[in-house]
Amino acid sequence: MFGFGKAPPPAVHDDGRIRARFLVRHPGFTLDVDLDLPGRGVSALFGHSGSGKTSCLRCFAGLDRPQQGYLQVAGELWQDSERGFFLPAHKRAIGYVFQDANLFPHLSVRKNLEYGQRRIPAAQRKVALDQALQLLGIDHLLERMPSALSGGERQRVGIARALVTSPRLLLMDEPLASLDLKRKQEVLPYLERLHEELDIPVLYVSHAPDEVARLADHLVLLDEGQVHASGPLKETLLRADLPFASDEDAEAVIDGQVCAHDAAYDLLELQLPGSEARLRLPHAALPSGHRVRVKIKARDVSLALNRAEDCSLLNLLLATVESWQALDAQMLLTLRIGDQRLLARITRYSFDQLGIHAGQALWAQIKSVSLLAP
Amino acid sequence: MFKPLKHSLFVLGLVFASGAIADEVKVAVASNFTAPMQAMAPAFEKATGHKLVASFGATGQFYAQINNGAPFDVLLAADDTTPARLEREGMTVPGSRFTYAIGGLVLWSADASYLDGTDAALKAGQFRHLSIANPKAAPYGLAATQVLAKQGLSETVKAKLVEGQNITQAHQFVSSGNAELGFVALSQVYKDGQLSSGSAWIVPDAMYDPIRQDAVILKQSANNPAAVALVEYLKGPEAAKVIESFGYKLP
Amino acid sequence: MPLSKNDLDAILLTLELASLTTLLLLIIGTPIALWLARTDSWLKRPVGAVVALPLVLPPTVIGFYLLVSMGPNGFFGQLTQSLGLGTFTFTFTGLVIGSIFYSLPFVVQPLQNAFEAIGRGPLEAAATLRANPWDSFFSVVLPLARPGFITAAILSFAHTIGEFGVVLMIGGNIPGKTQVVSVQIYNHVETMNYAQAHWLAGGMVAFSFIVLLALYSGRSTRMRTL
Repeated sequence: MFGFGKAPPPAVHDDGRIRARFLVRHPGFTLDVDLDLPGRGVSALFGHSGSGKTSCLRCFAGLDRPQQGYLQVAGELWQDSERGFFLPAHKRAIGYVFQDANLFPHLSVRKNLEYGQRRIPAAQRKVALDQALQLLGIDHLLERMPSALSGGERQRVGIARALVTSPRLLLMDEPLASLDLKRKQEVLPYLERLHEELDIPVLYVSHAPDEVARLADHLVLLDEGQVHASGPLKETLLRADLPFASDEDAEAVIDGQVCAHDAAYDLLELQLPGSEARLRLPHAALPSGHRVRVKIKARDVSLALNRAEDCSLLNLLLATVESWQALDAQMLLTLRIGDQRLLARITRYSFDQLGIHAGQALWAQIKSVSLLAP
Repeated sequence: MFKPLKHSLFVLGLVFASGAIADEVKVAVASNFTAPMQAMAPAFEKATGHKLVASFGATGQFYAQINNGAPFDVLLAADDTTPARLEREGMTVPGSRFTYAIGGLVLWSADASYLDGTDAALKAGQFRHLSIANPKAAPYGLAATQVLAKQGLSETVKAKLVEGQNITQAHQFVSSGNAELGFVALSQVYKDGQLSSGSAWIVPDAMYDPIRQDAVILKQSANNPAAVALVEYLKGPEAAKVIESFGYKLP
Repeated sequence: MPLSKNDLDAILLTLELASLTTLLLLIIGTPIALWLARTDSWLKRPVGAVVALPLVLPPTVIGFYLLVSMGPNGFFGQLTQSLGLGTFTFTFTGLVIGSIFYSLPFVVQPLQNAFEAIGRGPLEAAATLRANPWDSFFSVVLPLARPGFITAAILSFAHTIGEFGVVLMIGGNIPGKTQVVSVQIYNHVETMNYAQAHWLAGGMVAFSFIVLLALYSGRSTRMRTL
């Protein structure tokens, strides 16, 4: 239950965060969420289908009106059912990217883009049309009709259309779900550029762990209409009480900075923030200093007390044991390397053999590292 | 297995037997004669054993239908010109044409106090609509225009005239109150020698050409005993009594 | 000239009646169709059935009830009289009202289908792009429902042209006011003016054919452009 009895925080107090409480009751489904999200970066609403992600997003947009609800964005009150206040969708400074783009079929790409832009005061136009066109690589499509676009192009136009209304909150409902893998690869880089170049908070609905790991800063895990967990992405992924960590494919996401490239072996070298440790992985050269994300699966990490000198593995890093959890015959350990955290899955037998204890330093032998964001 | 077969054979025999005595007459009846025809049909069927099937409608419409092969045996027209025309065109049994009734015209209102038995209200002109039957198609409509002309009212009421396609509709406009008054057939508002509702001015015969309503047997029915029987019945004293009770005159 | 002045008046009057009826019906029918297409109310089915009644009722039934209700003793007639408007039977206004009832399903149903085909998607997109409901109606719904509006207008116009029973019941056959083509054809048949009846009736056949041809060819070109 959430505390509808207490007075909502005054909307005028702007701490830059997004606060939302929604209660939606349908026959057979109840959405009951209470969220406090950062006012910048990408927050992912993650869950399997039927978990209430899209319902929740529609409440943010004002497309659905919850029986009880409170929403505050960037110091502005959008909804407070206790005061009987509800800002309709068309008065909210949102951008909404639909799962199927939902372009106006009777308008050209240009007219689609201008539709929203012309409806906001000129003074509020912070994202220029040209900027959006360039960001999403669609300037050559302007005079086409939506029916003449590919799925990926349509989705990019949909994103641009939402952006040029200069929203205070960008809501994206599985923008990649209707695309095949190739189209996904086509659109993803644009989403990342968005993240880097525009300072607009994004709520990103997805059920694809890869997308979330690649794009999100904050993770909200929804399950049957309830918030199962909400927190910074990297920490939340490691939380032992959540399905991510206990999953067979459990993985950790690590930030890195490109520091070198070995052209002879085509190896990229990353510096991990907060430590001297470096990761190497086979990859083409990237500009030095470029920030990237990598993910490392728990089952790809084994542990040794001593550094193995005669080993084919590229990455042997000194790590500190932070915590562990038993999973049937296996143990899931959380390790720390500088500021970054890593998951390792080993058998209980090995755990006992190595005499693992908190604060212990040992060598993490990493079999495979994959780059998330180039 | 035998019983039902025997049974149906028996029924079949009955049908043939009755068919030998009772014929059917399909009669097209002018709208104004609806009430008297309905009143006398059972008596006719009882007296002759024939079956009578009546269709009521506008005479002009019947003409078009008969010309195009409608299976009527007898036509009771609202006028004398249509039967004469059919006779000229060889569509009738020669010599079968006769006047079965002479229609009476009445100015009638559904409001019991609107008319006082005279034409005062018509002359006063304090009404919005005066209903008549289409004068081109219906003899009662033509008679109504003759009365108006004789009264010198043709021009003054012109804008207030509403036309029913036939005399039945003209009556409907008045009875529903949409027109305050209208020229209708006496037979429509007159029963058993008196006005059955509303108020009226029975128009003197001299003010319009007599509405002679003629009947004919149609050619294809020359050998239909029921058709002949109906015509004989209409000429007889029992029919005469009914016809007169509805305000018609007899020739 | 095979057509009399009365015939020409009847043709003009009929065109006037059909145009005015169509215009008014598009205005009246649009909100009804929009409501029917969007609502989840239990009233949806009853209202839909009432709108569709003229499809199955004989026009004379509509005409008869209009005659009774618009007359001086009827509910509607008393209302119009108390408003100082008099009664509408035997008037052009009365015919327009009758035609609106009579042709209502021919406007509401194509529009409802068109609105339902649009769905909620484009409207929600418009709302998230700052368009208020009126704005999105004019900028999204109207253009997307255009084929539905064309179909509705053509059907309503053609159906009103062909109206007979209602006019017969409430018209009173007044030249220039209520004497429309279909009634004039009936007059000609009744008075045995078959030549004139043929001219008017043949004209109606040709007109109806052209209208339906336009409708069907319009439909197929619209299909192609989709």
